[in-house]
Amino acid sequence: MAIELPENVVISKLDSLGSWCRKNSLWPMPFATACCGIELMATGASRHDLARFGAEVFRFSPRQCDLMIVAGRVAMKMLPVLQRIWQQMHEPKWCISMGACASTGGVFDTYAVVQGIDRFIPVDMYVPGCPPRPEQLIQAIIDLQDKIQAEGTIGGREFNTFARQQRKRALMELPIIRTPQIVLPNRQGTN
Amino acid sequence: MSSLSKVVASLKERFSEVAESEFRGLTRVVVPQSQCFEALTCLKGEFGFDMLVDLTCVDYLNFRDATDRFGLVYLLASMEDNLRLTVRVMLNEPDLTVPSVVPLWEGANWMEREVWDMFGILFEGHPDLRRILLPEEFEAHPLRKDYPLQGRGERHNFPVLTRGEA
Ligand code: SF4
Repeated sequence: MAIELPENVVISKLDSLGSWCRKNSLWPMPFATACCGIELMATGASRHDLARFGAEVFRFSPRQCDLMIVAGRVAMKMLPVLQRIWQQMHEPKWCISMGACASTGGVFDTYAVVQGIDRFIPVDMYVPGCPPRPEQLIQAIIDLQDKIQAEGTIGGREFNTFARQQRKRALMELPIIRTPQIVLPNRQGTN
Repeated sequence: MSSLSKVVASLKERFSEVAESEFRGLTRVVVPQSQCFEALTCLKGEFGFDMLVDLTCVDYLNFRDATDRFGLVYLLASMEDNLRLTVRVMLNEPDLTVPSVVPLWEGANWMEREVWDMFGILFEGHPDLRRILLPEEFEAHPLRKDYPLQGRGERHNFPVLTRGEA
């Protein structure tokens, strides 16, 4: 039985309609800790104009965001802060790891720099480069939009950890080797 | 220059074990650990070295011809006479304690905290000897040469957050 649709009416699934709404209004949370942050700012500025893709409003409160862009190296002292901010963001939320440092630690293979944030928080898109060009970040956002469209929203499928986040590398827990602590004299201060 | 050599000469007179050397126009003296606070007090009070430019440390582990493990370096300047003097104190394990110079130069506070953080040199009498750069729970002193560059696993010692749990 053919149904006659009035003009300007389309039929869609609620699921893909919801995804479509979400993907075209991403609210990035800039977690810019180093030089990559400069490119992130350039991406948001008028020349590269992230507004064309519906993601121009950078909010500095995690409560108002759904896309975390980690731009720059994350020191081990910073990682608890990163995790706290990630936890403060509402579902559904996504994460872009921008630059070599955020994705792998980059050239900073030292005791103080986390070797890839994906060891500790889930990451959707990796942007290679040191720093990536704004075009690359825009491409990552477009790819993320496709991903959001493809995965569906109604029914809470984004909470399905397994299907969504294929672990990119083996997460291994390295043991901490404890060294004997030197006892501090005058810890409370003498003068 | 003449005035600086006078300072070094009278310092040598007063503290017998002071050794002097020169490198690229900079005069350096090495002061024994037991006398370092007295020598620095004397330099500040009598010779007018009113500014502590820097306080840092060098680890001489595996350094050629080195006999001591750590070299604590005080870079002093005298504003009035426009003099500069480098004072070094050589330290060896296990006695890595020197008196704090915060009573002499207030600015030594954070520098001593940094040296404690990075090298584990203890400054006796420091008002607030905590780590300044690394997190409180960090246990090693990473600028020591025997500390591995990639750490002992501290950078991986965090809980892993997964999707859907936060
Ligand atoms: S990837 Fe390069 S540009 Fe980006 S934070 Fe690291 S060093 Fe800086």
